[in-house]
Amino acid sequence: MSEAAASATWVTLAYLVTGICFILGLKWLSSPGRARQGNQIAAVGMLLALLATLFSGAILTFWDILIGVVVGAVLGAVGARMVKMTAMPQMVAIFNGAGGGAAALVSMMDFLRGEQTGMGSSPDVSIAVALSTVIGSVSFAGSIIAFAKLQEIMSGRPVSFPGMRILSGLVLLFIIVMAVTVVAFNGGDAVLYAMVAGALALGFLMVLPIGGADMPVVISLLNSFTGLAAAFTGFVLGNNVLIISGALVGASGTLLTQLMSKAMNRSLLNVLFAGVGGGGGEGAVAAAEGGSVRSASVDDVATMLAYANQVIVVPGYGLAVAQAQHNARELADALEKRGVTVKYAIHPVAGRMPGHMNVLLAEANVPYTQLYEMEQINPEFPRTDVVLVIGANDVTNPAARTVRESPIYGMPILDVDRAKSIVVLKRSMKPGFAGVDNPLYYDPKTYMLFGDAKDSVVKLVGAVAKV
Amino acid sequence: MSGHLLPELTVFILAVFVGFEVISKVPTLLHTPLMSGTNAIHGIVLVGALLVAGVAHGNLEHVLAVLAVTLATVNVVGGFLVTDRMLEMFKKKPQS
Repeated sequence: MSEAAASATWVTLAYLVTGICFILGLKWLSSPGRARQGNQIAAVGMLLALLATLFSGAILTFWDILIGVVVGAVLGAVGARMVKMTAMPQMVAIFNGAGGGAAALVSMMDFLRGEQTGMGSSPDVSIAVALSTVIGSVSFAGSIIAFAKLQEIMSGRPVSFPGMRILSGLVLLFIIVMAVTVVAFNGGDAVLYAMVAGALALGFLMVLPIGGADMPVVISLLNSFTGLAAAFTGFVLGNNVLIISGALVGASGTLLTQLMSKAMNRSLLNVLFAGVGGGGGEGAVAAAEGGSVRSASVDDVATMLAYANQVIVVPGYGLAVAQAQHNARELADALEKRGVTVKYAIHPVAGRMPGHMNVLLAEANVPYTQLYEMEQINPEFPRTDVVLVIGANDVTNPAARTVRESPIYGMPILDVDRAKSIVVLKRSMKPGFAGVDNPLYYDPKTYMLFGDAKDSVVKLVGAVAKV
Repeated sequence: MSGHLLPELTVFILAVFVGFEVISKVPTLLHTPLMSGTNAIHGIVLVGALLVAGVAHGNLEHVLAVLAVTLATVNVVGGFLVTDRMLEMFKKKPQS
């Protein structure tokens, strides 16, 4: 065997081990006990693939790599260290956008190289170039909008204008024409750039009309897009490890996206095109309820909680924003000491990403055995004395069950209104992230405790101690 | 058509099925870390970025190469670190 062939063999074997590490990693990520090891073994696999590539003999100049790796590692590490757990969705969006952008750039560079050398690319490679640059660019641009919306740099409300869908359709048509020109007619650099510009525009147009509440589904979708873009980049370079890893992420990301849409009882198409969250029917619902709201004092609520048999805490994004998860756990501990059973009801889309609330509560040392998913906890509400809703809104809105005109109609909710009494901790009567009014607040069994979530919970801990 | 298209397509399709199979039973508890973990894995595109950057010449290619390597590295390093940070916090029993 020649030296070059030997090198190719061990590099290919190293890539195979990387693929195995990723599959094991994903598998372990599915069980709470081994999830951390799963991530670590995936990281080891990644390191192996990178080292194998660096020493494969295919790398002739190291300067660009050195600069890029140092800058990228510093940015990535600082971002990952500094980010608050509440800002996790936008962080994932940014990392995802970076990956999509990189996939598009790599394919573009390979294509430009082919043009320069005059050899061009074979049709199957050109198809892969077109797919990975378009999907990667859409993912990059879409992730930027998702980040801007979640970071509240721009409004979380759906942004749309007349003719937006027609424009998106035209842009898509333009991209297809450019792609066909690249593939079938050996279109040059200029056509490729035009295609990328179109794909970036499509990414913006795709995410702009989607409301903040649906953003988790979008990020998950963009995540699988980037996976696919990476796989097609693998076809461009003839590199198996990119194909395997990209396909794994593309498939698992698609599955996760479906699970998330299902949790909201909506089809993916509906999430992408319905523009929920504009708040069309707000006034109508509020008026129908007659608008009578009962508020309670901290001491009233403390007494209710202290003499309850079972209390269910429904944590929402408001709790996370107020950084009140630690105080909520103190309150739960104080109640448990008095013999009250405390459970946490976690809606699949509580927080701003599925499973986001679990992460936030884990940060506050709440054991995950106390966290109950929606299907497990819903039958428990009728025999629960007090439900404490802390900064959650849309996921408790009974209009989702009853009001056919409501934009959130059909979304599975936590049936908190079936409990004996409900206490809602809320800053004001402002509607939630989806911009829909909540008839729960006008229910005669509901008490409102107005104020900052953290402040109220801290006061409750003190008041429960005195009961 | 390049000669290796068919084996590549085979690998791709099988990997898609594996991707569906391995994560089909994830509890919602772990959806966020899983999303973030898969996000780190597609950072594998860094391998591609290294390969094209390693043979870059001319100003345009150097600029694109540095950009591609930087973006992909952000994806890899940030993705794995942030996933680890999240998973570190999952504990069965409260800390005493």
